[in-house]
Amino acid sequence: MKQSEFLQVVLPFKDKLFRLAKRLLVSREEAEDATQELIFKLWKSKEKIENYKNVEAFAITMTKNYCYDRLKSKQANNLSLIHTNYKEKETSLDKKIEYKDSVNLVHQLIETLPAQQKIIIQLRDIEQYDFDEICKITDMKPNTVRVALSRARKTIREALIKKHNYGVS
Amino acid sequence: MELANIEKLIEKYLNAATTLQEETTLKIYFTEGDVAPHLQEYKYLFAYFKTAKQDKFTKTINLKTKKRNYKWLSVAASVMLLFSVFIGKQEYDKYQAKKMYAQISKGLKLLSSNLKKGEKAVAHLYVYENSVKKIVK
Repeated sequence: MKQSEFLQVVLPFKDKLFRLAKRLLVSREEAEDATQELIFKLWKSKEKIENYKNVEAFAITMTKNYCYDRLKSKQANNLSLIHTNYKEKETSLDKKIEYKDSVNLVHQLIETLPAQQKIIIQLRDIEQYDFDEICKITDMKPNTVRVALSRARKTIREALIKKHNYGVS
Repeated sequence: MELANIEKLIEKYLNAATTLQEETTLKIYFTEGDVAPHLQEYKYLFAYFKTAKQDKFTKTINLKTKKRNYKWLSVAASVMLLFSVFIGKQEYDKYQAKKMYAQISKGLKLLSSNLKKGEKAVAHLYVYENSVKKIVK
């Protein structure tokens, strides 16, 4: 496999790898490094890739595992990944700012979810994968995926409503 | 799309029972046009999903640097090794030569001092011979 062929295969989903890495590793720089590293890893195993039917799913699974490893080593180093810079701007009357804040709030809410739910939300609601693919990537049973997804969606929604009601009153 | 229908879909959505197609319908409803007041929170949710998908990996992909680095590293290392072996050999030769020189000069000194001793002895012999001649005469 030549470099140009390889890039043709990889480029269409490089952003998906990056977004998943960013979802799990939080910081943009780290996600960029991780993506670079993963693409390089794919390049090194390019002979194997040629035999895979679904390179994208393989790459996404690789990303997931890689990020898990990174998170584990982080935890060992006692570095917390949760950003708690929640901005309180409820007094603002500007609708646009409120809208933007609420959208950002969704991001923060997803950050507080367990890693597994984060991955599923990312793959389903943002990247729109079907359930079969998500099951393969996460190595979970369809039912478990659905339960986790439902739980994640409900958690985010309830938190949003709570926030919204506080803003009104 | 009718509100009642959307409400049904939302119910399904929360139970993770919607298909991708139904989720697209929801996405379109909540990101385009007016949203019923009691469903406001979904507007933020779907707006976020939409923006999150626009995030892009902008760094250039590098496939070669690392490999090349290692290659150059090994080349540099072998050059260094060769160089140090060369220098080491030179130094060793110098050391050996010095050692040899010291040994040889020590040997020569010994030889010369012994020769001097011999000379003195021979000188004594001359004195002896001279005195013998005198007496014999």
